This record gives sequence, structure tokens and C-alpha cells, in this order.
Amino acid sequence: MDSALWFALVGAALAAIALHAFFARRHPLRRLIALNIMGSGIFLVLIGLARRYPGALPDPVPHAMVLTGIVVAVSATAFALVLLRKLARLGRGEA
Amino acid sequence: MNLAALPVWLVLLPLLLAAALFIAPERWRSRLGQLGTLLCAALALLLAWQVLQHGPISVALGNWQAPLGIRLHADGLSALMLALTALVALPLALYAPAWFARHEQAGSRSEAFFWPLWLFQWAALNLLFLAGDLFNAYVGLELSGLAAVALVALGGKRAALEAALRYLLLALFGSMLYLLGVALLYGTSGVLDLALLGEQLQVDHSSRAALLLITLGLLFKTALLPFHFWLPAAHANAPAPVSAILSALVVKGSFVLLLRIWFEIFYPIGLGGAGEVLGALGIAAILWGSLQAMRQQRIKLLVAWSTVAQLGYLFLIFALAVELAWAGSVLHAISHGLAKAALFLAAGNIALALGHDQIHRLHGAAGKLPLTFFTVALAGVSLMGLPPSGGFVAKWLMLQAAIDAGRWPYVVAIIGGSLLAAAYLFPLLRHALAGTHDPRQREGERLLSGWLEIPPLLLATLALLLGLMALLPMSLLSGGMPVSLR
Repeated sequence: MDSALWFALVGAALAAIALHAFFARRHPLRRLIALNIMGSGIFLVLIGLARRYPGALPDPVPHAMVLTGIVVAVSATAFALVLLRKLARLGRGEA
Repeated sequence: MNLAALPVWLVLLPLLLAAALFIAPERWRSRLGQLGTLLCAALALLLAWQVLQHGPISVALGNWQAPLGIRLHADGLSALMLALTALVALPLALYAPAWFARHEQAGSRSEAFFWPLWLFQWAALNLLFLAGDLFNAYVGLELSGLAAVALVALGGKRAALEAALRYLLLALFGSMLYLLGVALLYGTSGVLDLALLGEQLQVDHSSRAALLLITLGLLFKTALLPFHFWLPAAHANAPAPVSAILSALVVKGSFVLLLRIWFEIFYPIGLGGAGEVLGALGIAAILWGSLQAMRQQRIKLLVAWSTVAQLGYLFLIFALAVELAWAGSVLHAISHGLAKAALFLAAGNIALALGHDQIHRLHGAAGKLPLTFFTVALAGVSLMGLPPSGGFVAKWLMLQAAIDAGRWPYVVAIIGGSLLAAAYLFPLLRHALAGTHDPRQREGERLLSGWLEIPPLLLATLALLLGLMALLPMSLLSGGMPVSLR
């Protein structure tokens, strides 16, 4: 078993755990964390897919996809956190 | 300007304008946004004209060819969707400043943020309509989702923020599933280009899993029943111009991508049989969405549930899978876009003028707002699929496809959906038309300015005229029919 397969297996396991958490948890912050873990899992699967054959340089296209995916995930997480904070403040104002 | 580069400019121009508007002084943004809308719409209509005259346009960015490079491809379907976006954007650019000026308190910054966010949304939609490869489409999906959520959050109230957060989490979840599906397809075939995938992909476990993941991801975004639950709250709590954008355009972005992926990849390789499930869900959406729309007390919620029902029609193509149904489905996407934008803007007018949007308190409102309720009736004609509207031609094409194939449940659903649409739209008009003229109302007093009442009327008229000019979109489509349907 080589490292690429390990990446893919661990990635799939992370994505599965996060999938469960996304539906089992109700608090938006927990669900946001679940989405981030799921994203990391998918990125690991992509990194595993980049292997072409033993000893060769990996395929750069999945790496580029992971980079773009990370940028998207970071900005979406930041945006969700802003929304959450705004909601929390509104909640305090009403109480 | 080099006309062959038009598809690139259609993505680049709204993106640059959006970024520029974010740093422009807030008092100029309204005018600059209107100017930008004019430019982008002109480009989109020019591209549609070029495709109609000379056939599809394909651009390999930086001359890098697939499989490594990024390809933008403008065929008949892209041209129609780009033109729809432009035709909704133009009246909206007149309506939005008037609506924000009237609705928001002085000092509110909603409109200042509306323009850049809407132009980001426009760039994302254009990218989705033009993307020739799966990963570029992923970027378009994410940009569209983020811009849409930010637009919902402009509502500012607690309900709007809650709906926005829920929308964001589900949209992100949908794109995760989509990305995992794309990863699987790339892992087995080594390409991302739609056309190449259709030629090279084999049917095996990983392509089946990819089909499931990509479809589920896009269904969350397109809000097909049972993945529709985020839609009514998000669309109904957004500011009126935003609701129109979301219902008319944003859900169509992910739908067009789904349509392309199925008919350019999964049907050609022989996995199209799973489309039966989508068709059945479409029927369920028509029925359930309409029944829920009938039960609503607020106009905006009624209109939002009507979107859930009308989106169901779009999915009948996956089960009927013939040229007629394809044309009907795309035509329905366009006529629903125009009519629904008109209806949401009119609903915004009613709420502005009366201070509420409760259906049972509309008593006699048509006397105060004759033009707005005329718009509601016109848009209703298209949603119900009565002749001569665009909705009529679209439903007629689908009906014919269903009868030709002897698919009776589909025949019943298409006709039944029209009857149900009448059942949820007529009470609105009945309440508004009922009762005597309010004596306190002075004759000739105008509750709303023409900037608010004319744009939705234009949109509803376009939806109606689409039925009379249906040959134009049909000739655009006939050039871009997917190979699997010819």
C-alpha cells in the first residue's frame, strides 16, 4: 500500500465522518466545521488521485484544483463566520 | 474588438465592474451600476446575435487546448441563457434604485452593496453558461453561491440572515459533493473537458458514483424537491430585486450545468436511465410546490413556492429525453425567468405601497395599484401556461413529447401543474379585485412611481411575447442540440 492510496483512504474517511456530522449536528458553527473537514477529506482524495505511477512526478492538475478549492473554502468560511457573528449580536440585542 | 473573444469579455467585464464598484464612492454606485448593466447586457445580446448568425463560438483561453487549458463555449443554450440574464438585468437596473430609495431608511447602505454583489453574480452566471469544463464550472458555482448568499443577507433582518446562513451551508455542501464527483471523474479519465469526458468515460463504479455525487450536489443548488427546503425562506426574505435575481436566474445556473453534464456525458456513455428518478422528482415538485403555494398567506412566500413547482417542470427532460422536451425545458427556463422576475418585482411593489404582503388583506388593492396587478395577471398567464405566452409554448412542447412517448403520468403532471398554478394565482387576483373603491383614496393619486411599476410590466410582457416569437429561441437551440438527442 503506497502513500497515495493512504491519502485517498484517509480523505474518504474524513469526508464520511464530516458528512455524518453535517446532518447530525444542528448548531451552524458545528456544521461549518463539518464542511471544512469534509473539504479537507476531498482535497486529500484529490491529492491521492494526482499519483500517476510509482516514482513519477505527480499530475499537477489535481494540485491546482486543491489550491482553488482551499481558496474557496477559506473565503466561504470567513463569510459564514461573519454571518454567524452578526446573528449572534442580533440575538443579544433582542434578549 | 475581436468578436471571437466575446465569451471571455462576458465573464471578465462584470467581474471587473463588480470589483471596481466595491471601491467606487457609494453615491456613484447606482449610476455606475446602471451603466455597467447596459454594457454587460449589450455584450450578451451581441453574443447571442453572433451565435444565431454564425453558430457556436469556442475560445481556448491563452490558446491552451483541452485537456490542459480552459475552454469557454457559447452554443445556442448559452446564448439563450445569457440573453435571458441580460433581459432580466435591464429592467432590474431601473427598478432597483427606486426600490432601495423607497424601502430603505436614509443612510442605509444596502444599495451600495447590491450593485457589486449583483455584478459578481452576473459574472458567475455567465461563467456557468459558458464553461466548457467541469472545474471552471465549479468556480462559477461557488462564486454564484457566495454572491447569492450575500445578496440574501442584504435583507438585514434576523430572518434574512438566518435564511442566508442556511443557504450558505447547503450551497457549500452541494459544491463539496459536486467537487468529489468531479475528482472521481478526473481520477478515472484524466480529463475535465465536457466534450472529451463524453467520448472517453467508461461506465464503471466510479463513474456511477460520480453521477450520483454531481447530481446530488447540483440538485441542492437547483432546489429540486426534496432538496428545496432552503429556497422559500431565502427567496422570500431577500430584498425584492434580489428575490427576482435568485428565482429567475440563480437556480437556472446550476440547472444548465446539470443539463450539460447529463446530456454531454452521462447520456452518451449510457447512464441516462437514472434520469427517470429526476423526472419523477420533477413531477413530485410540481405537485408539492403548487399545493404549498396554495397554502401561503404572504405573497412573496407564495411566489417562492411557485418557483419550487415551476422548477419541477425543468426536470421532466431527464425522463423524456427527446429533442422536443429539451427545447420545451429550455424555453420553460426562459419564460419562467421572465415571468418570475416580473412577479417578484410586482410583489415588492405591493409590499411597498400597502405596507404588508398578506394575501387576505389585499381587499380592493387592484384599484390602488392597477398597473402592478395587471403585471401580476400577465406574469400569471405565462406561469399557468396559457396561450400565447412563452410558458404555453414550453409546456406544449413538453406535453407533445410526453404524449408521443405515451408517458401518461407526465401528461397528467404537465396539465395538472397548469391548473394548480391557476389555483394558487387566482386567489391573489380575486382578493385584489374584490370590494369597492376605497373612498379615502383620492382619484388619480399614484402610490408608486413609474420606475417601480414599468420594469415588472416590461418583464411580464416579454414573457408573454416569448410565445409569439418562440421561433427565435428555437432556431438558436436547434444548432446546439446535444449529440445524444439528435
